[in-house]
Amino acid sequence: MACHLLLTDFTLPLKSPKLSHSRQQRKGRSNGSRKVSTTVAYYGLKTPPYNLDGLEPYMSKRALEVHWGVRHRGFVEDLNRQLRKSDILYGYTMDELVKTTFNNGNPLPEFNNVAEAWNHDFFWESMQPGGGDMPKLGLLGQIEKDFGSFTNFREKFVETALSLFGSGWVWLVLKRQDKRLAVVKTSNSINPIVWEGIPILNLDMWEHAYYLDYKNDKAKYVSMFMNHLVSWNAATDLLETCKLTATRICRAPYLGGFEPDICFIERYR
Amino acid sequence: MALRSLATRKTLTLGLNSTRLTQSRALQTFSLPDLPYDYGALEPAISGEIMQLHHQKHHQTYITNYNKALEQLHEAIQKGDFSTVAKLQSAIKFNGGGHINHSIFWQNIAPIREEGGEPPKGSLGWAIDTNFGSLESLIQKINAEGAALQGSGWVWLGLDKELKKLVIETTANQDPLVTKGAHLVPLLGIDVWEHAYYLQYKNVRPDYLKNIWKVINWKYANGVYEKESA
Repeated sequence: MACHLLLTDFTLPLKSPKLSHSRQQRKGRSNGSRKVSTTVAYYGLKTPPYNLDGLEPYMSKRALEVHWGVRHRGFVEDLNRQLRKSDILYGYTMDELVKTTFNNGNPLPEFNNVAEAWNHDFFWESMQPGGGDMPKLGLLGQIEKDFGSFTNFREKFVETALSLFGSGWVWLVLKRQDKRLAVVKTSNSINPIVWEGIPILNLDMWEHAYYLDYKNDKAKYVSMFMNHLVSWNAATDLLETCKLTATRICRAPYLGGFEPDICFIERYR
Repeated sequence: MALRSLATRKTLTLGLNSTRLTQSRALQTFSLPDLPYDYGALEPAISGEIMQLHHQKHHQTYITNYNKALEQLHEAIQKGDFSTVAKLQSAIKFNGGGHINHSIFWQNIAPIREEGGEPPKGSLGWAIDTNFGSLESLIQKINAEGAALQGSGWVWLGLDKELKKLVIETTANQDPLVTKGAHLVPLLGIDVWEHAYYLQYKNVRPDYLKNIWKVINWKYANGVYEKESA
């Protein structure tokens, strides 16, 4: 996620690989005298790496028009509006901004917007036309090592998605310290990069993500995602990058003895 | 405390092979309440499609899962399996809360021809003016809280029985109002989960909140208020 230097908000048809998640692009802040400038650092709205009808019939064009074109766009625009007023948050990469505004569980007002912008960018890239099927070679090997089998992983992923209470996301993450993959669920807009978790895939389990196409049938939505949408190419790309790149990760205090499957803001109050 | 629970456990174990009827506490199962109006009767404020899905699918699912969780709880208590008892708490709060909240919600709304949308009269009308200045001011505050709620949840107008005043509160997910204060009684709850409005209003929750007041059943809220503040 690069920090884009823009004068106006425009959509960039970038087919950027997930390398951009870990690339650090810190823009220096101007110290000393305040310059009067019309150039500010804003975030842009990336288009998904496929046409809006590219995921049909499993995710409709209509759903993407609303989900990406209105909701995701809204987060980016609202974030930019907030950043206009902030000197302190100037020049952060999106990763850095998510972690900083998470503020160790006492989130700043910007957190929701930047986290949701991040989460949705990642979501579009977690899917592809003609997706589904199974990962190959390295990633498959890692999944088999950490879950026993691909079937076990799939069951765990589906079960986690369907057992989420309220709004949230399901993730396949790489836990660097534990050196293993795991499936985690997060509430509302929480992102595992605020803890020890490098996202490999995510799935939006907010109702808006599936309601237009599947109404209340969450199980069918998750199943269609696994069978036809999930991009194992993107996941493989990312996993290889994670292993090579050093990424700063904030550690969070876990309640002793409990698996950190559920991440709530309330835990940090 | 440990001795007493041990004794209770022995008693329960002895009764393990007997049928459910001999348990000290009968297992209550819940069922979906009927709506006192047709699904389409709240249009155009809330579409018939939403009402049907909301009632037949969402509310029904909470009830089904609540019953299941209660049954599992019952068994776990029988076996003295405290770990399962503890694990079930969140499912009970979520699904039980979902059942309670939606049961209140169906009574909070009514078709226009049955006085849905008619401003509150009686003592609740007075209390609103006293606590908030005017009905418009109350609506504005509730809508602001409802729109600002992140994720899923409810926005409530409640009566604080102890302090004897009206309050506006939000709860997350399916937490009932009482989780915000033991003395709080729900008068009016508005569901701001996306399933409550998405098909019709898409992302524009504020529009849903603006329009729902056209079908709010103040008669019911007033009835609860008068009973609870007596």
